[in-house]
Amino acid sequence: MKEILLIALGAILVNNFVLSKFLGICPFLGVSKKSSTAFGMGGAVIFVMTLSSAVTWTVYKFLLEPNGLDYLQTIVFILVIAALVQFVEIVLKRFIPALFKALGIYLPLITTNCAVLGSALLNIESNYNLLHSVVFGLSAGVGFTLALILFSGIREKLEFCDIPDAFQGLPITFIAAALVSVAFTGFKGLFGI
Amino acid sequence: MTEIGIPVIIVSGLGLLFGLLLSYASKKFEVKPDEKIEIIRGLLPGANCGACGFTGCDLYAEAVAGGAGINLCPVGGMDLAEKLAEIMGKETAACEKYIARVMCKGTWDNVSIKYDYDGIVDCRAAAQMAGGPSSCIYGCEGMGSCKKVCLFGAIEVENGLARIIEEKCAGCGKCIAECPKGIIKMVPARSEYSVSCSNHEKGAVARKNCKVACIACQRCVKECPENAITIVDYCAVIDPGKCVNCGKCILVCPTGAISKYTGYQ
Repeated sequence: MKEILLIALGAILVNNFVLSKFLGICPFLGVSKKSSTAFGMGGAVIFVMTLSSAVTWTVYKFLLEPNGLDYLQTIVFILVIAALVQFVEIVLKRFIPALFKALGIYLPLITTNCAVLGSALLNIESNYNLLHSVVFGLSAGVGFTLALILFSGIREKLEFCDIPDAFQGLPITFIAAALVSVAFTGFKGLFGI
Repeated sequence: MTEIGIPVIIVSGLGLLFGLLLSYASKKFEVKPDEKIEIIRGLLPGANCGACGFTGCDLYAEAVAGGAGINLCPVGGMDLAEKLAEIMGKETAACEKYIARVMCKGTWDNVSIKYDYDGIVDCRAAAQMAGGPSSCIYGCEGMGSCKKVCLFGAIEVENGLARIIEEKCAGCGKCIAECPKGIIKMVPARSEYSVSCSNHEKGAVARKNCKVACIACQRCVKECPENAITIVDYCAVIDPGKCVNCGKCILVCPTGAISKYTGYQ
């Protein structure tokens, strides 16, 4: 139980995917303009990450490892993630069309999101069992969402700020992102993780 | 052989499995596109001019099917609004036809030329150079930037002045956005009289720069039986909503700044 809690806290706060590992920067900058889309994207990523962690772990343990095909893990994981994202897209289009429209291009982009592939690969690297993998995937998604929502709040405030011409747009966004990232280093060493 | 065979079988097997799952899901959760959108799209003129406020006819078709106003397309006009009303089961809303009109009569005969402009043939470029070669900085420059964006071939440039062929104008408003001087205005198509001047300088200066400038003498204001004319910043403006096309103003105008246009229903 303690181990699960540590994995979760580690993935959400200490080793936050976006702010410490620098995975998934594209959607982090792309979808964080509005809190509402940030929530939607976060939800989609949590869902895909949790599911892909479970599926990739199963595929690896029962298909790749017994046949000595470890070297195929990257391509197989991408295949799994791509199929999952397509599936999520179809389901969203049917049941939550508003969210489907709000996410727009970023939903298909989860397919090639390194954060999702990263969590799948880290699961294998850290020798997690199925439960741990799912928890890790889930909390990595939650950490991603947390970063996205925190940052979208900051960007919404930035809209009203008097920013020097040279820093307007992406530059000030990068600076803000760096500052948030620095703030998250405060979690380093928490619970000995 | 197995060294190659097993990975190939596993990866292609996985691909096949996911493919089948996805095709099953896409059938099961299929979202049928609204048939109305297709029909409405067929009715729209397809000019993609954006006058309705949507980016192109496709999006407007979607919006109409989703409940947006049926009378937003100026190109299709009343006929289209009636057809759309039938499809959507809505009341036919009134659809006043609007057209664009160049509020300037500054041909090269009426204005003098400040300098020989030899740059890019583009109104905005010319406007950067001391307000353009024409002596009136408010007036038309005649480079035809509006003509270039007109999708309907409704703009002609003659003798340094853009003129809109009112029968051809669809009222999309592209020229208005293009004109750096902002002298093209939307008016209802039924209106026949307009003050074709946008000069906001005092009478004497305006007259010096252009022979047919409005000098804000107030005579048309006093003459108008409907009180449809007001002077805004030293330039008379006819309110087309009040104007009854009586034509009395044109008779009293000392400079000839007011003109009669064809106008049509």
